[in-house]
Amino acid sequence: MLPGLRRSPLAGDALVPECGIRDTGFAKTKAKASPASGLLRVLLLLVLAFAGLAHAQAIEPMPFKDHAQELRFQHLTRQLRCPMCQNETLADSNAPIARDLRNQIFRMMQQGRSDEQIKQYLVARYSDFVLYDPPLDPRTWLLWFGPLLILLGGAGVVLVAIRRRNRAGSSTEAPADKGPIDNGDDW
Amino acid sequence: MSRLFPFIGFMLLVGLFGFGIWWNTQHDPNAIPTPLLNKPAPAFDLPKLYEPAQTVSKADLLGKPYLLNVFASWCIECGVEHPVLTAEGPTLGVQLIGYNYKDAPDDAKGWLAKHGNPYDLLIADEPGNTAIDFGVYGAPESFLIDAKGVIRYKHIGPLTPEVVAKELKPAIAAMLKETP
Repeated sequence: MLPGLRRSPLAGDALVPECGIRDTGFAKTKAKASPASGLLRVLLLLVLAFAGLAHAQAIEPMPFKDHAQELRFQHLTRQLRCPMCQNETLADSNAPIARDLRNQIFRMMQQGRSDEQIKQYLVARYSDFVLYDPPLDPRTWLLWFGPLLILLGGAGVVLVAIRRRNRAGSSTEAPADKGPIDNGDDW
Repeated sequence: MSRLFPFIGFMLLVGLFGFGIWWNTQHDPNAIPTPLLNKPAPAFDLPKLYEPAQTVSKADLLGKPYLLNVFASWCIECGVEHPVLTAEGPTLGVQLIGYNYKDAPDDAKGWLAKHGNPYDLLIADEPGNTAIDFGVYGAPESFLIDAKGVIRYKHIGPLTPEVVAKELKPAIAAMLKETP
């Protein structure tokens, strides 16, 4: 890998301008298409000011069949990762590829495909990376059970320490007047 | 001895941290490994950039290996990659096919007129739907596809002289050895 040319690993924020760059490419063509008048601009500003209140998701309206389908769409796109801006869900990301994938998911929903089929469609193209919930298979055993192993290891260490301390405690009780000695408190 | 345990634990964490940094200098943390590697390329049927009335399908390209290079005029890193393609393209020994991704045709033509056209053939995917089948999520990306239509190698991000020399050319050599 060439430092500088490709996104530098230490400059994690390199991802952000890249997402931005791609969006401006499209903003440019949009601006050409609709020269906004003064009044329109004020309206646009008002809309933008209130857009934040509407809570994400509503990047572009889609003609859902009913409210249930809309909820299903939102639920599904929140479980999927945008391949471009990888810290965003498909629901939240404004990257062009996220928009395309949202449209594709919408089309597949209209065709009556299940959530599982849609996920498989995306995994076949973009790998498990698009799933926020990684599947349980031999490659992810460490990921799933690693924390449990660490927890068990920690519990083992604590148990050994307590046992040692108890043994040290009972041996100091017998000779009574010896005073406090090192309780084996090595930690 | 056991007083050393916290120190040992600390050094283990330092080691893990160092390994993480080293790993990220060797790998692109944002590159998604494609599940399509060594699998047949998806079917496509896309218009030519310069003659939109004609389309090119996957079947049309079978029989000769090619490098499919996804690019766009709005993509900054494609400008970094372009001189490399111009210089290395003719030495690769495979056709160089440009895949114009989510681009207005006039913008793409203007970009190629300005920088030069290193491609043997240009196809355009303005809506970007076919690109989803390829697992494309940005530009530039490059796919090496053999004579049987199987994806043999994929690179995400610009092809640099290093990537061409260390990855692409060995992949082409291995491919030509197997299926000339």
